[in-house]
Amino acid sequence: MKIHEYQAKAILARYGVPVPRGEVAFTADEARAIAGRLGGDVVVVKAQIHAGGRGKGGGVKLARSPEDAARLAAGMIGMTLVTHQTGPDGRVVSRVLVEEGLQMARELYVSIVLDRASGKPAIMASASGGMDIEEVAAKTPEQIVRAYVEPGVGLVPFQVRRLAFGIGLDAAQVSKAVKLITALYDAFVATDASLVEINPLVVTASGDLLALDAKMNFDDNALYRHADLKALRDLGEEDPLEVEASKFSLNYIHLDGNIGCMVNGAGLAMATMDIIKLAGGEPANFLDVGGGANAEQIKNAFRILMSDRNVKAVLINIFGGILRCDVLAQGVIAAVKELGVPVPIVIRMEGTNVEEGKRLLRESGMNFTTADSMGEAADTVVRLAG
Amino acid sequence: MSVLIDKSTRLLVQGLTGREGTFHAKQAAAYGTTVVGGVTPGKGGTTHEGWPIFDTVHEAVAKTGANASVVFVPPAFAADAVMESADAGVGVVVCITEGIPTLDMMRAMTFLKTRPATRLVGPNCPGVISAGQAKAGIIPGHICREGRVGIVSKSGTLTYEAIHQLTRVGLGQTTCIGIGGDPLIGTSFIDALTLFEADPDTEAVVMIGEIGGNAEEDAAAWITAHFTKPVVGFIAGQTAPPGRRMGHAGAIIAGGTGTAREKMTALAAAGVPVVRSPADMGQAIKDLMGA
Repeated sequence: MKIHEYQAKAILARYGVPVPRGEVAFTADEARAIAGRLGGDVVVVKAQIHAGGRGKGGGVKLARSPEDAARLAAGMIGMTLVTHQTGPDGRVVSRVLVEEGLQMARELYVSIVLDRASGKPAIMASASGGMDIEEVAAKTPEQIVRAYVEPGVGLVPFQVRRLAFGIGLDAAQVSKAVKLITALYDAFVATDASLVEINPLVVTASGDLLALDAKMNFDDNALYRHADLKALRDLGEEDPLEVEASKFSLNYIHLDGNIGCMVNGAGLAMATMDIIKLAGGEPANFLDVGGGANAEQIKNAFRILMSDRNVKAVLINIFGGILRCDVLAQGVIAAVKELGVPVPIVIRMEGTNVEEGKRLLRESGMNFTTADSMGEAADTVVRLAG
Repeated sequence: MSVLIDKSTRLLVQGLTGREGTFHAKQAAAYGTTVVGGVTPGKGGTTHEGWPIFDTVHEAVAKTGANASVVFVPPAFAADAVMESADAGVGVVVCITEGIPTLDMMRAMTFLKTRPATRLVGPNCPGVISAGQAKAGIIPGHICREGRVGIVSKSGTLTYEAIHQLTRVGLGQTTCIGIGGDPLIGTSFIDALTLFEADPDTEAVVMIGEIGGNAEEDAAAWITAHFTKPVVGFIAGQTAPPGRRMGHAGAIIAGGTGTAREKMTALAAAGVPVVRSPADMGQAIKDLMGA
């Protein structure tokens, strides 16, 4: 799960990470009031969306007065912000963060993620802050320093000192960095985060270290023990169809093509997208209905698939192991009858009771095309989608 | 022959009294697996479907001689269950549970390093089946035939596809190992391939990977150096968009790495034919074996 920058900063501040003073505003009036409270010559107005690259897209601006802040906020709230991470449709801005302006001396980078290969949290730091870390990793990998935390031991001070000296901080700043990065790690563990990223971490003109930006993602599997974090989910940032699917334990990801897919199992669902593409078509979605899909789930899956106006044909690809093909066929027939699915449906089933399942589909008198192999199914559905 | 489990397996079911645990314990027994009992804390001393239930794995092992366990307990308690089995000295622990928090798994993996006699398979996997002998997990037994090919896979239903295709082309299977789709797993591709290399009855291997991480690349390098048997590969997610988690917790292209293309290229460089369609796995291995 992703959250907004202002929410991440509030969480990190609770663990002792220094962040700029600021508050979130949902209206121009609120932005004006916050800017007034912050005082100073300059405040920063930052659009809050779950994507990076906001500055280049016009989502981060400086205001010289509370009135100026109100004007900038009015322009941002409601605007569609397009960045390299949002895709061409962009995201509608519903709130802005109004923060104190800072005099920056340096911009650094620090993040914590799980390193899959070692099975340990990895802390990455770089002297090249404010840049895309993937770009830094590709062009100047020597500028990134890393530390791996032993899960049974936790973060040890020397590891943090090495990181801090490694990105060129002086002795006075290193002790501040040790506190900050340790706090960051505490927050990572305590919140079951999958990513904490501070980019940039700034050294101010007066020598203080602050998280100027903050990004936190959380492990969905651990949200059950973090009711407070779960409450931060912003459904406005998610695809409405994906939100709807999640209510029925359907794993659905909306894509740009015109062939709807319904599959059991994540690997087979990915493979089904792959064979559609191989046959010259474009999948409209990823959809895993799970191992024990029942009639109710199949109906909901159809409803969600068909809410996507681009879908011109549907491919159902099921391997019946525990789930029997005849039960699946009955579920599909009932759903199509009830919902009146207006596009061609190609079904490829294999596994338990497949002959009985095919017979039920054939004798239903409905617009199904059955296929004996995945390849044939993909060719057929691509042809029918036109 | 087979790897991991066979006729001598004495299987304990952790979470036997739950719905999934009950169903799959019965299926395993029906397949011929020796299921010796279950563990459900608080229900020790009772019986369930004729099996004795124990409060702790230690007690279950002492009383039944269990040498393998399969874990069906809910995600919040699954890492704990895995560590308990390892502490009790169970040799093979197969964790089916999906949705275990990553930090829980990280602690469990650290614990497992101190219990080297235990091999964990999974979590978030369909388990293990040795054709005609035993199964620990949810792979349907009736699609398997005793044969000559091993399967190692990150995906459940794609494993079933591969099993079905191998059965249909007449090759059958030795052991099928679902290693799971989580970012942290107990048995890697390399671990499974090591077992298959040592098994005289396994003549070839089907290896099914998917986007995310670089376990497939690691396996490719290992195959070049150590593996002597024919392998056919398939990688799911050739069309998956970056940054999106495709069902499995570990199936994500992050920071531009973990793509299907990188994995397919690495396998091809290791001399492993990679089929682009999952429908071609069975035929490809048959062609490769010259059968």
